[in-house]
Amino acid sequence: MVTFQFIPYQEIQQLSSAKRVNKLLNIVKEDRIVIMEGRLRKEEEADLIEITMEEISPKFKGIELSVIYPDKTKQDTLQVVRNTMATILLGDRQGFTIIGPASIVKKIERNPDKIELFTREIARSKLKRR
Amino acid sequence: MVKGFLKGLFKKFNFNLLNKKSHVKLGLYGPPNGGKSTLANRICTDWLGEEMSTVSHIAHETREINVKEQVNIKNKKGKELTFSLVDTPGIATKIDFEEFIKKGMSKVESKKRAKEATKGVIDAIKWLDNMDSVVVVLDATKDPYSQVNITIIGNLQARNIPVLIAANKVDLKKSSIDVVKAAFPQYPVIGISAKYGKNVDEFYEHLFKIAK
Repeated sequence: MVTFQFIPYQEIQQLSSAKRVNKLLNIVKEDRIVIMEGRLRKEEEADLIEITMEEISPKFKGIELSVIYPDKTKQDTLQVVRNTMATILLGDRQGFTIIGPASIVKKIERNPDKIELFTREIARSKLKRR
Repeated sequence: MVKGFLKGLFKKFNFNLLNKKSHVKLGLYGPPNGGKSTLANRICTDWLGEEMSTVSHIAHETREINVKEQVNIKNKKGKELTFSLVDTPGIATKIDFEEFIKKGMSKVESKKRAKEATKGVIDAIKWLDNMDSVVVVLDATKDPYSQVNITIIGNLQARNIPVLIAANKVDLKKSSIDVVKAAFPQYPVIGISAKYGKNVDEFYEHLFKIAK
């Protein structure tokens, strides 16, 4: 069984960068897959990788991470302006971030408008079928 | 005082009388096994006559930052560019020592390699702030939309560091430069084979454009 935990943007909005990253990582370390509304800042994504590396142990092998985000090149000027205003007022709630433990999530493929999540169990059962 | 003023003025306008830059740090970044160390060796062999890093088919062979000072390259017009070449460990979001065991390493060796590799990733991220220009080395046979690639390039963009994407391994049939170009349309992408030296002259020309 795979457990997903939804994190609405408002739950992390007021947190500092360090607390955001730690909150997400703590959930993942409990073998749950995080689906977060919006995305981390670019620097926070790097921090997430850095802290993940510090936490790696024989039990925790790291994370799989993917962000699905609207392609700004496909938006017209009005949409860009509207989304920029919304981001300034409400924070960057566009898109979704998926973070899963590497022990459960084998890989996440972005292609680029859809996300495919391959779990270790699925990968194993496919191998057995072959 | 006058000397200090002139030094500041030269620095401000990036002015160099010999048309030669020095102390520029050029970083090679990317996911593991993209060919960063092979490219570092190619650059050093072409211009210094010696290799810089060890390479392996097993991921995370480079686990420490390697710096080669005073790499001097020349273009067709005779313009020179001098930089410190920084070969960094591959950035990953997961490191599993059992993967190294599968490649034939002992358990002790594998655990040691995994521990060193995690430190290498942390160091590579910390060194981002020291870079003047970066070549992101991607394996052109693999999916470029991985979040590691996007995070690396996003962080370089946030720091205003000029980026050149080297789509490596174009000697392999599965490679596709077009897919890499489509993934990062806002950056210059050059297809190369660091191993066989394919297109490296064009790659060097591009270095002059980003190492400003």
